[in-house]
Amino acid sequence: MKSLLSGNEAVARGAWEAGCTVATAYPGTPSTEIVENITQYPEIYCEWSINEKAALEVAAGACFAGARALTAMKHVGLNVAADPFFTMGYSGVTGGFVIVSADDPGMWSSQNEQDNRHYGRHAKIPILEPSDSNETKLFTKLGFEISEKFDTPVLLRLTTRICHSTCLVELGKRKEHKIKGYVKDIKKRLVLPAHARLLHVVVEERLKELAEFSETFTYNKIEWGKKNLGIITSGISYQYAKEIFPEASFLKLSFTYPIPKKLITKFARRVKKMIVIEEGDPILETEIRAMGIKVIGKDKIPLCGELTPRVIRDSFSKKTKKKIQTAKIPARPPVLCPGCPHRGVFYVINKLKLVATGDIGCYTLGALPPLNAIDTCVCMGASVTNAQGLEKALGKDFSKKVVAVLGDSTFFHGGITGLVNAVYNKGNLNLVILDNYTTAMTGHQPHPGTGRLAKGEQGKRIPPEEIAKGCGVEFIKIVNPGDLEETEAAFKEALAFDGVTVLIFRRPCALLLKPSPPYIIDSELCNGCALCLRIGCPAISLHYPEDREKPLAVIDQALCFGCKLCVQVCNRDAIVLPKNKKIE
Amino acid sequence: MICGVGGQGIILASNVLCSVAFSEGLDVKKSEVHGMAQRGGSVITHVRFGKKVYSPLIEEGTSDFILAFERLEALRYLPYLKENGIMIVNDREIPPMSVLVGAVTYPQDIDRRLKKRGETHFVDATSIAFELGNVRAVNIILLGVLSKFLNFKKQSWKEAIGKNVKERFVELNITAFNRGMCI
Repeated sequence: MKSLLSGNEAVARGAWEAGCTVATAYPGTPSTEIVENITQYPEIYCEWSINEKAALEVAAGACFAGARALTAMKHVGLNVAADPFFTMGYSGVTGGFVIVSADDPGMWSSQNEQDNRHYGRHAKIPILEPSDSNETKLFTKLGFEISEKFDTPVLLRLTTRICHSTCLVELGKRKEHKIKGYVKDIKKRLVLPAHARLLHVVVEERLKELAEFSETFTYNKIEWGKKNLGIITSGISYQYAKEIFPEASFLKLSFTYPIPKKLITKFARRVKKMIVIEEGDPILETEIRAMGIKVIGKDKIPLCGELTPRVIRDSFSKKTKKKIQTAKIPARPPVLCPGCPHRGVFYVINKLKLVATGDIGCYTLGALPPLNAIDTCVCMGASVTNAQGLEKALGKDFSKKVVAVLGDSTFFHGGITGLVNAVYNKGNLNLVILDNYTTAMTGHQPHPGTGRLAKGEQGKRIPPEEIAKGCGVEFIKIVNPGDLEETEAAFKEALAFDGVTVLIFRRPCALLLKPSPPYIIDSELCNGCALCLRIGCPAISLHYPEDREKPLAVIDQALCFGCKLCVQVCNRDAIVLPKNKKIE
Repeated sequence: MICGVGGQGIILASNVLCSVAFSEGLDVKKSEVHGMAQRGGSVITHVRFGKKVYSPLIEEGTSDFILAFERLEALRYLPYLKENGIMIVNDREIPPMSVLVGAVTYPQDIDRRLKKRGETHFVDATSIAFELGNVRAVNIILLGVLSKFLNFKKQSWKEAIGKNVKERFVELNITAFNRGMCI
């Protein structure tokens, strides 16, 4: 039976069919839907871990016990999990272990464009790269088998266009995997220097065996076409290249580390000219060149940005096609939703002219005009520690103007360590936790602050204020971000306090609530001052009616959430609820 | 290709379209983006179907149809339309933040620029959706309009809607689809 599945759904299905029993992840685009889809399978324990390091380690523990385990993360998540990732390369597995890295070429929802195929090479862990959902499901299953056969974790490397593209997938049945049970083996799992020295030798031997395996792996395959052009490609690039060069010969690589050198040499001998088409860094290209084979690659194809059929075509076409003029079309970057609880906090930060170190989440959008409230964004949790660093460089007085802003889920992910660090090192950190009861950006996954578990079951709720108290913070306040006066007063009080402070702005994400009745502008009271535009609400715009001397603000009734933030900003009381429900 | 503003139900519309093509025995591929890009930003999904499809992405200048949920987004993705391709545009303006704060103006020559490229149909789907009592029905109304240009059975569309929307909204969406089909 065939079904339409996205790449992420295909990973979930593949894990289920392979008899996987433990799956872990921290949500991150484009990988989130993998574990989200695994929640539907009762045979698999799955969890939203607090971060990728915890996720990878929990899955590693399960594979120590002989279970088949999977962990999924976005590319930068593997940075967080890199420590156990490298060690697992040495200690190997017992039950099959598939580690999914979803890279984001084009940075649709990420802070960098890192190519995680480097990680496989760096940690000496083999890599599988599917080119569509059907292969994704298949390679997930094969990943477990390869992992067990060679006693190594396997890195399943996806990209945004694999994760979020849908195609027809042949569905199979689940085959239960017998869990062997835990057997103590300290030479394998207790990675002390004495053991690790021996393990490193094993790892290098394993790589040689994997290189042999790569030569005969069914999905490293040649598709002969005309011999004047040979294309070596992998992942989504294969699909694009098939359309741009339909007549060429192809060597499609799926097991991309270690590469099949003999197969590549065989292919190279038979074709006249060779192009390596790969998204991101010239990884295959560099290795093939090192074999002494001449290829065309990144000298023609862009290294930055995602590949598309057009980018590949343009790379090899002498004349560029006439483009339709799109330069003057106003951009539409993402914005904070109408009714977003973060908006009021950012309005006040901007008003008080504070320096705000920021973090990763919807609230990074508070950096955009007109709120202009966020100054930095480095990685999960860095808001906290960056703020402390600013203080240590510029002194205590400067810290009275600095706040660190992060969301509730990010606080659990990477903010707690920074908070402990600041308390311990006598910081004057002012931490702002935007607590909207969810992981909003990735589609509303629960976290310890909500107490709900991945499959909807109620677990133990861990409120951020309790953690702050436990960390030794002496000033903790819970504030309603919908009230601008209360918000401003809370900021002033926290900034005046000596020592570490934590303000928790608590209101659920607007997307989890039902909107209140929309507000309208009383056209007689509105003087067109545009103060209400300063909150950056997508529902409010300024119009210039011909019959009026002054402009008039207008609230889009389909967009207004009824959050009343604009009502508090307007100093002419011109924003009101419609009487008799009549709309303007 | 389906484009619009994040939150307008673009992904659901593309799911329905894929289901229809799949049920009619075609090879189907779809590509979309999630996460940061969805928050009120410009959103597109690529949908391709036929005997055999490789790339899930549509190449610029080759899209047979563009279904645009907003006028400015129609203009933005116009380069994807093939010459004399068909564009169905929801006749609604959602000004982006740069326009709201007065930094730039909303283009006034959209009709002319769209019509120069291909066959353009403006549909006031937002008003129809309000009439039907749910602004979220815009996506299915527009699919109804698109269905007139595609040779898929009406039954396939109905089943696809049933498969992709929550049960309590199926009836509303079938009505919305029929309204679109009758325009």
